[in-house]
Amino acid sequence: MNTIADFIPPILVAQGIFWILVLITLSGAVMAVVPAKIVHNVLGLAQSMFGVAGIYLYLGSQFVSMMQLLIYVGAICVTYIFAIMLSPPMELGGEKPVLFKMVLALLTSVVTFIALVVMLIKTQWAPLAAPGRDWTAKTLGQVLLTRYFLVFELISLVLVVAIIGAIMVTNLGVSRERK
Amino acid sequence: MESLLTYVILGALLFCIGIFGLLQHNSLIGMLIATELILNGAGLNAMAFGFFLSSDATIGQAFTLFIMGIAAAEAAIALSIMIAVFRRFHDIRVDAISQLKG
Repeated sequence: MNTIADFIPPILVAQGIFWILVLITLSGAVMAVVPAKIVHNVLGLAQSMFGVAGIYLYLGSQFVSMMQLLIYVGAICVTYIFAIMLSPPMELGGEKPVLFKMVLALLTSVVTFIALVVMLIKTQWAPLAAPGRDWTAKTLGQVLLTRYFLVFELISLVLVVAIIGAIMVTNLGVSRERK
Repeated sequence: MESLLTYVILGALLFCIGIFGLLQHNSLIGMLIATELILNGAGLNAMAFGFFLSSDATIGQAFTLFIMGIAAAEAAIALSIMIAVFRRFHDIRVDAISQLKG
């Protein structure tokens, strides 16, 4: 019996999907920064985060990939959309980007990228020991609640402070507006 | 697909696109979106190094999760500041907000 794996080798499919994910990520990232309209930016950010979630699957972690989808695409992008809806649309984008500023920004980022890539290629990356391959969510949970317990609790505290602070700062704007 | 360099260069690309957006964009929300891209580049790097170099596979994942938590907190705070700024100045273009005393 012929299966589809006889015609197309699975490794080729895996590689093809990987490069498609890279394309999705990079095109989303460009869409997140270049257009002047904010809604397009948020959509590009969601697309880029989706691609990165797929790439995390190739890095062996389903848990982090799902968290990426939930937190970035699900929570952060929706928060941005809410913030956009809370401010009137005529203030959002639509104005011409300054060409001079754009050229300077492009120059800065290209120089940074070249420096980073030269550094990355010149360095000899070698693993210290045999790489571990224990990727289960169970192990991750145990590590989070034992070795990184303090960091875990601190992140929870930071999130609580951020939520309360967000409410307070937004109310600050209201009280000043009424004066 | 099987080498560390691919992932790390992808992370560097995300980082640099984020820097470009941060410098080029004119509104506060656009700059925040670019910041998310920068944080994602960092998270991708942490995952790649954890996958290819670390002897303990959970370290990279834990760091990426922490980066996500920090990013969520940062987005909440920064968006609320942005809404407060908008209510105060009725503008979110960074060039228009030049008055410091509240």
